[in-house]
This record gives sequence, structure tokens and C-alpha cells, in this order.
Amino acid sequence: MNSIAPELIWAIWLLPLAAFAVIIPLVRPFPGKAEPASYFSIGAVGSSFILSCWLLISVWGAEGRQILVNGPTWLNIAGGPLFNFNLLLDPLSAVMLLVVTAVSFMVQIYSRAYMHSDPSYRRYFAYISLFTASMLGLIMSANLLFTFMFWELVGLSSYLLIGFWFHRPSAIAAAKKAFLITRIGDVGFLAALLLLYSNAGTLDILTLNSSAVTAVLSGSVLTLAALGLFLGAVGKSGQFPLHTWLPDAMEGPTPVSALIHAATMVAAGVFLVGRMFPLFEAAPYALTVVGIVGALTAVFAGTIGLVMKDIKRVLAYSTISQLGLMFLGLSVGGVWVGVFFLFNHAFFKALLFLGAGSINHATGTFDMREMGGLRRRMPWTCVCFTIAALSLAGIWPLAGFFSKEEVLAAALAQQPVLFAFAILTTFLTAFYIFRVVFMVFAGEYRGSQRLHESPKTMLIPMIILAIPAIASGWLNANGGFEGLFEGHVTHSFWEGIFGLLTHPLAWISLGAAGLGILIAYVMYIKVWIKPDRIKGELHPVYAIITHKYWMDDLYENLIAKSLLYRGVFRAAQWIDRVVIDGAANALTSITKVFANRASHSQNGALQLYAFVGITGALIIALVVLLI
Amino acid sequence: MDIGLTHYLVLAVLLFGIGLYGALSRRHAIVILMCIELMLNAANIMLVAFSKYTAYHQFDGQALVMFCFVVAAAEVSVGLAIIITFYRRRKNIDIRDVNLLKW
Repeated sequence: MNSIAPELIWAIWLLPLAAFAVIIPLVRPFPGKAEPASYFSIGAVGSSFILSCWLLISVWGAEGRQILVNGPTWLNIAGGPLFNFNLLLDPLSAVMLLVVTAVSFMVQIYSRAYMHSDPSYRRYFAYISLFTASMLGLIMSANLLFTFMFWELVGLSSYLLIGFWFHRPSAIAAAKKAFLITRIGDVGFLAALLLLYSNAGTLDILTLNSSAVTAVLSGSVLTLAALGLFLGAVGKSGQFPLHTWLPDAMEGPTPVSALIHAATMVAAGVFLVGRMFPLFEAAPYALTVVGIVGALTAVFAGTIGLVMKDIKRVLAYSTISQLGLMFLGLSVGGVWVGVFFLFNHAFFKALLFLGAGSINHATGTFDMREMGGLRRRMPWTCVCFTIAALSLAGIWPLAGFFSKEEVLAAALAQQPVLFAFAILTTFLTAFYIFRVVFMVFAGEYRGSQRLHESPKTMLIPMIILAIPAIASGWLNANGGFEGLFEGHVTHSFWEGIFGLLTHPLAWISLGAAGLGILIAYVMYIKVWIKPDRIKGELHPVYAIITHKYWMDDLYENLIAKSLLYRGVFRAAQWIDRVVIDGAANALTSITKVFANRASHSQNGALQLYAFVGITGALIIALVVLLI
Repeated sequence: MDIGLTHYLVLAVLLFGIGLYGALSRRHAIVILMCIELMLNAANIMLVAFSKYTAYHQFDGQALVMFCFVVAAAEVSVGLAIIITFYRRRKNIDIRDVNLLKW
């Protein structure tokens, strides 16, 4: 097969952008016709998906596994470098492109049915095209300046989609929260860009990653820059302590949660660290911070996931926790371990969210206490959701198992403490996701809706996503995925799938996951241990977890209300009122007093005016003549 | 005694001084208008005198005087119109009563 043409590489992200540009003017003029919007959008992302597959094959065969496409000059600073909008395609970006276009494609097909009766159907598809275009741009750009610009654009489209149902106050609040909290991380990103630009004189990713530059930059600059980039990643990927926006982001439509807040945008942080990985490697301290934050977040968010009553919130905390594992994987295992996890996670987590959407479509709620027994009425949803749950829990031979094994193995080799965190997360993950499965699908229905299976348009994308949820991990069975990043590593396919089972590590992780599922089974199906009794006995712990460790209270009450609103803003207001307004008022009062005095000299006598005028003219004439 | 440039200038300055004094001291609005005309004419005399004695074969100054006449005529018509309007309202034309333009 021929290598892909540069124009087609551009088309990958320009097509969704064009779909956005086409849909937006169509939003108003044809109120009755909603359907064409989704045709444009789905057609564009479908073509992007096909091109991404071709691109991945081309990158595989390219010289140095890398294609660089030159683009137009964006900015020309006198005496400085050009900012060219080039595209950098390497295994990392090619894999990410595939994930984003594939998940976006499936989610948009699903959305046709899910959003069918929504009056803002076209606006939805316009935004989601904008998101897809920005995300693809973020992945492909060869310059950190453009990465940053697209980074903000995905933030914008995330904001628009979280607040999609803007008539709900909670959605507006969630959108604002997401925007503000990710902004804190973005300040770190921007600071890192300024630091890198002022020290290295360029923002070109390949140049910054080359050993020549990392060797020139002194240790502290490099560490600070890496930490700044990581702060951006922390904000975008919902890592502790900037995670609080992600659970609230579930106010958006569920397919959006699947696409943006589970599979793609939140993985942008992982992508960024992966993209700048040589820089992080040169700053080992920063890389350690990445691992520690990831491990802490993984356990921290996992515990909150145990007690949430809202199915989407459980999945949101699960996403935060799994993103933590990705950062841990990056830190201990390198780019391919983290990205392999990301790759598998995107499919099964998107499937879980689409399953939650399908459940919501039938029951009209996300509250798991009003579900139960759905397996009889919604068999397809049940099967797909359970496959994804098994994959998330890391059960052999589903996709999640293989990527988790790589993270665990790398963590064990590097740092046993991080390994302990990862194993604990495995246990927590298996427990909370099977708590969801048992509460939703087992037992008797506790709600009052007439249940029905979702339409085919929703089921087919779910069934298609179930295939990678089972099998995407097998891509590395013969070392293919690792080989894409690291050069050729090959063993036989069957050895890859079964060989792992001969390692004790696999049994430790399977044991942890199995224990989690078993406890969930005992608690929620057999009810040998009543959940309420645990609640009572472990009341202090339960209180801490249900209050989400008081992180929201810390931000909203302590920092926002007490510190900022009552402290800083009051002080600023006082300064504004007393000092600044006071100075302006004093100036006008003084002027007024003098003006009152002076105005009395204007008594209306015309001849006096003329006399004064002429005398003045004479004085000026004399002065001019005499000097 | 030859009549030279100086004589004309002295005449013009005297005329201007008389006009200025009148404009600043008289109370009758029409007299003030006349005094302003005197000052204009003083300027006209100067223009013609300079044109005659300093710029040979050039008629700029004299041409300018023609424009001055036109402007003066226009000015007088406007000024008289204002005075008539004022008279209709106040039944006198004492310039001291024109004192509304103040603080």
C-alpha cells in the first residue's frame, strides 16, 4: 500500500472542522431538518477514521517511524524562530488518532438515537465535530504552541458540551467548574511553554525532545518545565488535586461523557506527557512526581468510586483512577506502557459510558438504587456492559488485563510501593465496577419505568466497541504494540496471550481483581454482608469517602468562599472603593472648588471679555517681538 | 512733504486705536459695530499701503481688500440682524444688557 499523501493527513483534522463549519450555518435556517447535521458530522469523522488507519500503516512503514508534514507559517517573530503549523506523525500520534476517530465515530452514530428527540440536535453535532477537529489537531501538531492552542480548543468544546443543556443550573455550574479548574492546570502549561521558549528558543517538539536541547537546559529549568507541562496534564486529565471537575462534567449528555470525559480529551494529559517524554526522562524528578501523583490519584479516586450512587459518577471516578494508572505506567514503563493502557481504556470505558446511556434511555435515571434486574429487559446492553466491566477489572483474556499487566510489571521492577498502589487500585476497580453491574443488572427492578431495550442505532456502536474491549489488548500479544514504539519486539501470538499466565504477577493481579468481584458478589447478590452494616461499622471512613475527602468543600467553601471571596476579593473591593475611587473623587472635588471660584470671573460683560482678549493678544505680541 | 508708507501706517494705527477704544467703551451696540468697521478699514488701509510700497506690480494686498469689503458687508448684515432681534426682545440695545453668557 502506498504511503499516505500529505493532503490526506491534513484532511484528517480538517474534515471534522469542515463539518462544524457546515453545520453551524445550518443550525437556524432549517428548523425542521435535523438529520443532515449528523450525516455531515458522522461522514467527516468516518472518513477521518479510515484515513487514520491508512496513516497508522504509513507511519509503520515510514523512515524512522515518523512523518513530518510541513505546513504554513503561523507566526514570524523578528529575530526568533518561525512558528510553522507542521504536523508530526509518529506511532504515538498515529495510535491516538486511531483511538479518537474510532471512538468519536461510534459515539456519534450512537448519539443519533440518544439525542434524537433533543431540540438542539444540530448544535450537538456541531460541537462534537468541533471537539473532534480540535482533538485531532492537538494530537498531530508538531509545535507545542499549536498543541496548546488546540488544548484550549478542546477545553472550550468540553465546556460547551458539559453545559449543553444550559437550562439546567447544575450543568452551567459544572461547565464553569470544568473551565476554571482546568484553567489552573493550563497556567502551568503556559508557564512551561514560556520557560522552554525563553531557554531553548523554540517550541518545536522534536527539537525540544532531542538530546541536544535537553542537555543544554540546566536541571532546574528542565524540571520546572516538565512539572509545568505535567500541571497542565493534571488539570486536563482530572488528576489529584485538580480532579473535582471531572465527576461534575457528567452533567453533559452521556455520549459526550463517553467521548470527551472518558476516552479522548481526558487522555490528552497522558498524551502530552507521552509526547514530551524525552524531556521528562531528562528530568527524573518530574517523572517521579508523575508516577506518585498517578498512583495516589488511582487509589484516591478508586475509593470514592466505591460509594457513589450515580452510575455515571462511579464511571467518572473510575476514569480518574484509570488515568492515574496511565500516568503511573508512563512514569515507570515509558511511553508505550501508558499509551497501551490509554488505547485499551478508551474503548472499554467509552463502551461503559454508552452502556450507562443506554440504561438511562430505558430507566430515565442514573441513580443505581432505582435500577436492578435490567438483564432480562436489556440483554444486549447487559452483555456489552459486562464485557466492558470485565475488561476494566482486568480479567484475562480481555483487553484491560494486558495493559494492566504491563503497568504492574513495570511498577514492580521500578518501585514496589507504586506496585502496591497499583494492585490496590486493581482490587478497588474490580469491586466498584461489579458493584455497578450487580446493582444494575441483577436482582429485581426497583424503579417504576416501563423498560425496553435501546434502539439498534445505539446497540450497534456498543456491539462494535465490545470487539476492541475484548480484543484490543491482543494487539500486543505478539509484541506488535510495543514494537510500534520501541522497534521490533516479537514473540508468537499465542505465547503472548497464554504466556502471561505463567507469571506469578498475573495471578496476583487476577487474584486482586477476582477478590474485588467476589466481595461485590457477596455484598450485592447474596447479601451475606449487608452494605448498610459496613456503612455503620466503618462510619468515619464511609463519611470521608462519601464526602469525596471534602475536596469540593475545600475548594468551594474554604478557598473560593472564605479565602478568595471574603478575604482577597473583599480586600480588593475595599481598595477599589476607598483608594482608587477615593482618589478619583478627591480629584473631582478639588477641581470643582477651583472651578466654582474661577467661573465667577465670567460675568457676562462682553466688553470686558474683548478687553481681556485683546490685552492678552498684545502681551503675546510684545513677548514675541521682544524675545 | 512726500507722503510715504509711514504716513499711511500712522493713519491706520490711529484709526485702529479709535475703533478699538470705541468698541471697548461705548454702550450703544450700533456704535460698537461701527467701531469694528473702523478697525477693519484700518487693516484695509495697511493692506493697500503695503501693497503699493513694498510689493511692486503685485496686487495681492489690493485683491485681499476686496474680499475684506465683502466679509465686512456680510458681517454688518449679520450683526445688524442680531441687534434688531435683540431690540425686539429688550426694547433697547445697551450692550451691558447682553450679559447672559456667564457662569
